[in-house]
Amino acid sequence: MSTKKLKILLGKPGLDGHDVGVKVLGHALVDAGFDVVYTGLRKTIEEIVKKAVDNEVDLIGLSILSGTHLVLCEQMNAEMKKRGLTVPWIVGGNIPDNDVDAIVATGAVAAFPTGTTIEEVIGYCDKLAEK
Amino acid sequence: MKNKTPLKKDITKVVLESGIEVDPLYTHESIGQPDLSNPGEYPFTRGIHKLMYRKRPFTIRQYAGFGTPTETHERFLYLIKNGQTGLNVAFDLPTQTGLDSDDPRAVGEVGRVGMSVDTLADFEEVFDGIDLDKITVSLTINGSAIILVAMYLAMAQKRGFDIKNLRGTAQNDILKEFIGRGTWIFPVDASVKMVVDIIEYCANEVPKYSPVSVCGYHIRESGANPVQEMAYAFCIAKAYTDETMKRGLDIDTFASRLSFNFDIYGNFFEQIAKFRGARRLWAKIIKEQYNSQNDKSCWLRMIAGGGGGGLTKEQPENNIIRSAYYALISALSGTQTMALCSYDEAFTIPTEKAAEISLRTMQILIHEMGICDTVDPLGGSYYIETLSNQMEAAIVKEMAAVDTKGGIVKAISTGTIQEAISRQAYAREMAIQNGDTKKVGVNCFRKEEEAKTVEFHPYDEENARKQLERLHKVKKQRNSIEVKKCLDRIKQDAQDDLNLMPSVIEAVKAYATVGEIAQTLKDAYGEYDEPIYF
Repeated sequence: MSTKKLKILLGKPGLDGHDVGVKVLGHALVDAGFDVVYTGLRKTIEEIVKKAVDNEVDLIGLSILSGTHLVLCEQMNAEMKKRGLTVPWIVGGNIPDNDVDAIVATGAVAAFPTGTTIEEVIGYCDKLAEK
Repeated sequence: MKNKTPLKKDITKVVLESGIEVDPLYTHESIGQPDLSNPGEYPFTRGIHKLMYRKRPFTIRQYAGFGTPTETHERFLYLIKNGQTGLNVAFDLPTQTGLDSDDPRAVGEVGRVGMSVDTLADFEEVFDGIDLDKITVSLTINGSAIILVAMYLAMAQKRGFDIKNLRGTAQNDILKEFIGRGTWIFPVDASVKMVVDIIEYCANEVPKYSPVSVCGYHIRESGANPVQEMAYAFCIAKAYTDETMKRGLDIDTFASRLSFNFDIYGNFFEQIAKFRGARRLWAKIIKEQYNSQNDKSCWLRMIAGGGGGGLTKEQPENNIIRSAYYALISALSGTQTMALCSYDEAFTIPTEKAAEISLRTMQILIHEMGICDTVDPLGGSYYIETLSNQMEAAIVKEMAAVDTKGGIVKAISTGTIQEAISRQAYAREMAIQNGDTKKVGVNCFRKEEEAKTVEFHPYDEENARKQLERLHKVKKQRNSIEVKKCLDRIKQDAQDDLNLMPSVIEAVKAYATVGEIAQTLKDAYGEYDEPIYF
């Protein structure tokens, strides 16, 4: 499907230890042919962005389930601006539908609320690869 | 009687999550060697007590806690007033990961998913006026357990309580945190050492306290099947037991205080058989492998319920029904304590209304359904007895597989278990998304135009501010020279490889903070380096 193989960094910012979802997505993205780099748990936004730069990724995905997504997205936006980066970043996890717009307003290119299927996320990444 | 084989040809094959194939009919012949032991008799297949709920119903212990100690205190009083007989304390993530409320990494997290605790002053407030004799308190704490258990004991002592009589439970199961839940702090070996410090200290000083609750729950939630849930939990419990015995403790001085926390979702009968088979197996392990001379040491005491993994965001009211079945399963399995996830817990901290429905679900079971009238009402069922035998055999096999990988501590340290389980979680999710595993309201009987009227538990920034104020006030009032001395002693005891409990208790009594003690321990032991497999 994809015209080029995207390299995607999956990050777990904040203190939230729920990593079932991010790992499930990691396996799914690998199976779909993407190159996946995972940060592991409890990384600061600075650590995640640094890893993204070091690995020259095409997309950053943040997985947040503790409810802290808006706080962390603002930090993410600030860090990306500070470093002058334009790598697109997306957010998934325990995200209420009502918060999707607010997350996008902080600079994320998309937010996937709870209930999003793996197919939808892969479809999104495929589209991004075609661009 | 002999119609089994022709029937199976004509029908779809049914295989449980655990890999056991289900026959369309079970008869007395299916069971094989029947287990004729009575409840309260070794190996306790039918229950650890002779009279079970006829004498005393299971304890209701909902998980609760949020915001400041003041707010949590209010929720606790409310739950007790409504008939809850035990408390299960939820801590916020900074507390769980050993950070103070004023740590930069705690921004946005203070009091969010549980109560925030920085110093002993917080514990003094939250348990104020709660009768520690009547209400047993369970602390859901792992990475920083040594600090929070020390605080609980210090709080009780300061209130004039003789800790020799203190009851309660600490989750204190760090090995499962490396598999799921993720609130580890220190490297694996140092983490296990601290779990064992608590077990050893309690065996000597707080003999009625349950110093560890081994959690199959989170392992199952991370993608394990029901057999793996029990097998890995038993391997973990054995690892703690082995390490405790290396310190010279006899099995019967602590095994009766080990407890377990298990998950319930999925096939109704498979779960009941899981508990019955596992209860028998654990008894055999403790008696045969550790030469216990005391029946109580062989008891599989458990909290079972929850079922978060079975709940859905779609049509959330359906979760009320699911939880009621999970509660029934738990009661039919002979649990000691029950906690249910509230129907909104798939996406938020339970609202008061949702928490009340969970409480009522369990009360209806106790008071209206006759569930307490007779012990192990399913005992003797051809299906249940056969499946109990099969589940026991499958758990034994899975435990042996862990042994061939070099044991559970090694398998967790290298991340092989985590990787295998996350692959299963992926397979399970795909099975739901492609419709092979049915989820009502998700992949069948779905309504597309559903109103999203989900009520969220609000996060109050003001609470975080109040908590910071409390912390700074305590820091100003305490004797900082004394605190420094206490922290130095912890460091010294760590270097000398002594049991850390006495020095940590001393430190919390001097109002050393969670973050200060955790940092002292990090300086001594380092931090865990998570194995990454992508």
